[in-house]
Amino acid sequence: MKIGVFWLIAAAVGLALVVLTRLYFTNEYFFFAAYVVLQYVVLSTAWNILGGYTGYINFGTGAFFAIGAYSSVVLHKLPALLKIFDMVIPAIPLPVMILVGGIVSGMVGLGTGYLTLRLRGVFFAIATLALAVVVQTLIVNWDYVGGSRGIYMIRPPKAPLGGSYIQYLYALMMALCVISVGIARWIERSRLGLGFAAIRDDELAAEAGGVPTLRLKLIATTLSGALMGMAGAPLPYYVTYLEPASTFNLAYAVNSVAMPVIGGMTSWVGPILGAILLGTIQQLGSVGFFLDLNIPPTFNLLIVGVLLILFVIIMPNGIMGLISARQRRRATIIETALQQQRAA
Amino acid sequence: MSSAQTDNGPLLAVSGLGKRFGGFVALENIDLTIATGERVGLIGPNGSGKSTLVNCLCGTLRNETGAVLFDGRPVDGLIAHERTRLGLARSFQLPKPFRTLNLIDNLRVPLLYTVNARPGHHLSDEQVAARCAELLEAVALADKARRLPRDLTQVEMRKLELARAVATEPRLLFADEAMAGLSPSEVEEIIAVLLRLNQQGITIVLIEHIMRAVMSFSTRLVVLVAGQKIADGMPQEVVRNPEVERAYLGE
Repeated sequence: MKIGVFWLIAAAVGLALVVLTRLYFTNEYFFFAAYVVLQYVVLSTAWNILGGYTGYINFGTGAFFAIGAYSSVVLHKLPALLKIFDMVIPAIPLPVMILVGGIVSGMVGLGTGYLTLRLRGVFFAIATLALAVVVQTLIVNWDYVGGSRGIYMIRPPKAPLGGSYIQYLYALMMALCVISVGIARWIERSRLGLGFAAIRDDELAAEAGGVPTLRLKLIATTLSGALMGMAGAPLPYYVTYLEPASTFNLAYAVNSVAMPVIGGMTSWVGPILGAILLGTIQQLGSVGFFLDLNIPPTFNLLIVGVLLILFVIIMPNGIMGLISARQRRRATIIETALQQQRAA
Repeated sequence: MSSAQTDNGPLLAVSGLGKRFGGFVALENIDLTIATGERVGLIGPNGSGKSTLVNCLCGTLRNETGAVLFDGRPVDGLIAHERTRLGLARSFQLPKPFRTLNLIDNLRVPLLYTVNARPGHHLSDEQVAARCAELLEAVALADKARRLPRDLTQVEMRKLELARAVATEPRLLFADEAMAGLSPSEVEEIIAVLLRLNQQGITIVLIEHIMRAVMSFSTRLVVLVAGQKIADGMPQEVVRNPEVERAYLGE
């Protein structure tokens, strides 16, 4: 089983990274920064399942991400709420919150998909943008989860895997990376991925070829939304103070579009490359790494924007597109040479 | 695929089909029956509703009135991919290849989503690969199996379009202007492909402007003018029909 082997390798790489970084980095800040980069690997991989594979551009990443985060807030407060009704339950562990966040966001993904997937191209993108606004408005006006003033989240006293809590969050996010990348790669090689590609290229032709386009698009929005929600679920414990303005930050939507575009949208490798590249640049920027170049941390999104424009103009198929184009050119040259040889 | 109805009723029976776009009546009260094994030419001036008819019959568009029976079974309300799975295939007037997929993957789409989706059918990966090779061989595209559609010439693109429709193992194939813009020798090539498919048992409706092609291919001719069927019969008789002459040549 090729796919089984890939899962094993991905899990081993993830585990090795977690163990090695823990051995080498004693500075807690590394884990704070790496967590964000990994979170973007999950977000951009999730975005790419809908955006890259089926060709539907989603600007609502922030909404799905925040739904995951706020479902964790609800679960965090659940034991206290139930106590009023004389029901005693233990604190809900974070992996359960991630699972629930994924399910809730997945359902929202399914719902939005059902309502919006009759829209094509730019209209779909606008609808997802509207979704982000709707969800933000709901959260801002929902007092139980902190409303507009936000909510403090007390982390559980002990990290389950030893080490500090941030190291635990980092390890969990690494696990989510492995899961989302594994799913993305599986899709790419499966019948599902072939159907997604057919939809991306031409929906009418896909239908004429027997592809149930609506059902497949709903699968894509659900999966994509679920993974985004899972990426958002640990956020309350990461920031310890969650408020709508930063949770619904434009950066999530912009980055999760820019990263796959820059990395390359047709392969699972692209979003990883883009996320690591852009994520790292932004993390370095936010600690003033580029101050010598007169680039202050506030320019982070500007850097993303400039890179995005450059890539769209120079390399519209991203870094991976460049590689596969070179491979294709080579293959063509070899093929024609062989044909000439045969003819001679 | 064999069915009890095949021996009795027609393969396709259209009655009273009508389609309007806003106030514009694109098709009005179309009756049409097609028997298994026929080669029907569907002709008519530009804008007469030929492609709209194909779109309605294949489920791409919804007709407001009328009923469509395929193999004795009502297909009204079925969406396009469901009709494809029943055995109703089409090629598009403007080729619509899956441009990011190589030719093999272009053909794997209908094989995996139509042939393998039919109850009682399941091709293994090897059988799918073999079938792709066979289909590409049949339209002389085997050499370009791993190329992308953009590397194809116009006639090759048309052949890919046909191969992809044929990959669904249809019983009825609508070839929508499969030869538009091709040179005479290329037209011959496509006609040869279509005749071979017909011999293999596929009923074919050819929508075409090139009269030479239509006349050499069809065993029956149907003429649409301004959304109405004005003639239906033997090709030689239909082209001598004064109404058809008037539609094509004017008064």
